[in-house]
Amino acid sequence: MVDIPFDPVAGIPPAEVGEVELYHPRSWWTRYVFSQDAKVIAVQYSITAMSIGMVALVLSWLMRLQLGFPGTFSFIDANQYLQFITMHGMIMVIYLLTALFLGGFGNYLIPLMVGARDMVFPYVNMLSYWVYLLAVLVLAATFFVPGGPTGAGWTLYPPQAILSGTPGQDWGIVLMLASLILFIIGFTMGGLNYVVTVLQARTRGMTLMRLPLTVWGIFTATVMALLAFPALFVASVMLLLDRLLGTSFFMPTLVEMGQLTKYGGGSPILFQHLFWFFGHPEVYIVALPAFGIISDLISTHARKNIFGYRMMVWAIVAIGALSFVVWAHHMYVSGMHPYFGFFFATTTLIIAIPTAIKVYNWVLTLWRGDIHLTVPMLFALGFIVTFVNGGLTGLFLGNVVVDVPLSDTMFVVAHFHMVMGIAPIMAVFGGIYHWYPKVTGRMLNDVVGKFHFWVTFIGAYAVFFPMHYLGLLGMPRRYHDIGETSFVPASAHDLNAFMSVAALIVGFAQLVFLFNLVWSLFKGKDAGGNPWGATSLEWQTPETPPGHGNWGKELPIVYRWAYDYSVPGAVRDFVPQNEPPSGVAAQGAHP
Amino acid sequence: MAETTLVHPKAAPGTIPGWRGIAADWASDQRAFKNVSWGKAMMWIFLLSDTFIFSCFLLSYMTARMSTTVPWPNPSEVFALNIAGKHIPLILIAIMTFILISSSGTMAMAVNFGYRRDRVRTAALMLATAAFGATFVGMQAFEWTKLIMEGVRPWGNPWGAPQFGACFFMITGFHGTHVTIGVIFLIAIARKVLRGDFDRERRGFFTSRKGYYEIVEITGLYWHFVDLVWVFIFAFFYLW
Repeated sequence: MVDIPFDPVAGIPPAEVGEVELYHPRSWWTRYVFSQDAKVIAVQYSITAMSIGMVALVLSWLMRLQLGFPGTFSFIDANQYLQFITMHGMIMVIYLLTALFLGGFGNYLIPLMVGARDMVFPYVNMLSYWVYLLAVLVLAATFFVPGGPTGAGWTLYPPQAILSGTPGQDWGIVLMLASLILFIIGFTMGGLNYVVTVLQARTRGMTLMRLPLTVWGIFTATVMALLAFPALFVASVMLLLDRLLGTSFFMPTLVEMGQLTKYGGGSPILFQHLFWFFGHPEVYIVALPAFGIISDLISTHARKNIFGYRMMVWAIVAIGALSFVVWAHHMYVSGMHPYFGFFFATTTLIIAIPTAIKVYNWVLTLWRGDIHLTVPMLFALGFIVTFVNGGLTGLFLGNVVVDVPLSDTMFVVAHFHMVMGIAPIMAVFGGIYHWYPKVTGRMLNDVVGKFHFWVTFIGAYAVFFPMHYLGLLGMPRRYHDIGETSFVPASAHDLNAFMSVAALIVGFAQLVFLFNLVWSLFKGKDAGGNPWGATSLEWQTPETPPGHGNWGKELPIVYRWAYDYSVPGAVRDFVPQNEPPSGVAAQGAHP
Repeated sequence: MAETTLVHPKAAPGTIPGWRGIAADWASDQRAFKNVSWGKAMMWIFLLSDTFIFSCFLLSYMTARMSTTVPWPNPSEVFALNIAGKHIPLILIAIMTFILISSSGTMAMAVNFGYRRDRVRTAALMLATAAFGATFVGMQAFEWTKLIMEGVRPWGNPWGAPQFGACFFMITGFHGTHVTIGVIFLIAIARKVLRGDFDRERRGFFTSRKGYYEIVEITGLYWHFVDLVWVFIFAFFYLW
């Protein structure tokens, strides 16, 4: 830790961007419903995402009930099981995680962390939420239309996605595709805002290399989403045309129920390429914000600066770039040329390098830190463990020869639930426990929080750890009822029942969490402005929760990076980003 | 702390050599792109995203065309017209391309006059651009009608691969939608220019923000992009 070698205030250029007048709401409606304030939009995004996420949680219960106790629940038939699988996957990946990380955390944290008053285009930002809500409603409507939601699996592979044997062929698939198109339009409006805000609307002194890693994670993920969602958009449009107009983009000549279909000459593999060109970056769209949030949680709660900040930033950017050239590792069994498989296996394994850098840096940040085992910290530690776990099985699946026998088994299900299900959800929970005091001004209940963590963490391992073993046995995924087969021993069925019970318990723990969110809103301990003693700008707002325009009269000025914890010689064990070096008078908003 | 400060805080941008300098410029204080307004930055990033959409459409079309086992209809013949007794291949598309490229010219002039705050000429040139655009969409409608009369459908056509009609309607339709949206925006902005909204800093109806003449340039960016996309569609769909 060297002191800044030059005059700190002179080093900060004068304001380059004039203050832009804020939109001031005049009525209850424009303040709380059609609000243009990013903080309100963030809460709207979060509540909507968590609500639809609860639906997906219930669907996972139903699937686990069927898998654990096949034949016991007569109300779940094979078609419904497929519908549950599809909707669970689609909701969790896109409508919950993507929307919550970028729309929820992104909207709340970006303006506050970069020291802006709001997003650059608040009106477009508001539209983004309402289009997202519309997408969610269209998606939810598929549960009530004739034939129910689509059962094509969350990947929606043609040709089966639009053929008559698949449940939801009438309405479900059409509404699903329409909902995806809407989601992408809505997301683009929000995403442009996040990117431009980070690039062009930072406060004085806030260089890109002083941004908290949360912002770096969300920013890179948003850029990736803006480049990856187009592929899903195009795939959805073309599949919709195949279904509604009878075009044959993805549909080969095939016989259905003994009759030649009207289709011919299309390429199902084309859909897989488009889908996974979106689908793989999507994994990192969910993972990068989690990386960023975890970095900040670990640094704050271990009272230590993040290890290798610069390397962390480059690792995020490198992962983002690499994730665009690995998509076909989802398609090793599609009949692709083996040399292609070799290429994609290589790029996939290269991603392990920046990812490992991040994990080592988290561990080195913890090393000899003053670790406070608060609830956010517990979730952060849970994230690291789970992510390493899921990442290591990723090395297996990234290799062609290992992937081919494991394809479409429970091993794959276990892998991606660990790496992009449980791990990002841990980051979400950690983030919520960490920033809830800023959003509401009250602390979440600690005891309930710890209960929530331990049940979720141990429970998630109880559900997904045995699943690896089932996969290695050869148990296929997406099967409604495995039945009596020679390669699945009876003990595997017992294991399935155990996992189902664990899944139910984990699910109920989430209800406790929701209760905590509501209860603490009214009865929680008063948080004050900066309960964790954190350095980044959002904790330095003059009011908690931050008022309209975030910073009162003057914007803060940033003198340092976001990780000045336990600086030798400092009065407190943290130095906020906007605290000037000793001997310099404070300027701008300051507590 | 030393590692997070700028390498040479007082050095002017662009004076540090190599990658370190590039990174330092990008990461510099407050703004990554100096002298670029929020609106312009947003439009550029949107266009980047839109580029990916059109690329995916075109790549899908090329995949379909290259992998089809049925012959692909010959575009020169399909898009030929008989004018004054002569059979001219691709003539309609040539005229459409000429019109759209010309509209980029009037748009560029509108941007120029916009920055000179010449309200009437700016608005007139923007409306001329919109008129060119509308003509383009009209001719496209004529082309669609002609093909539909000849039996081209999204699911098939009399001459060969059914993907011909599917790709044609999808790609030109999506591009035509972009042109139509552009025309609507051009007319809306031209009205604001003519009314003097940007001189009086009148607030927008939806956003309640003041407008600036720069919006003419931002609209122009979109328009040139749509034009550029057409060049690619022309090359890959019609000339191939």
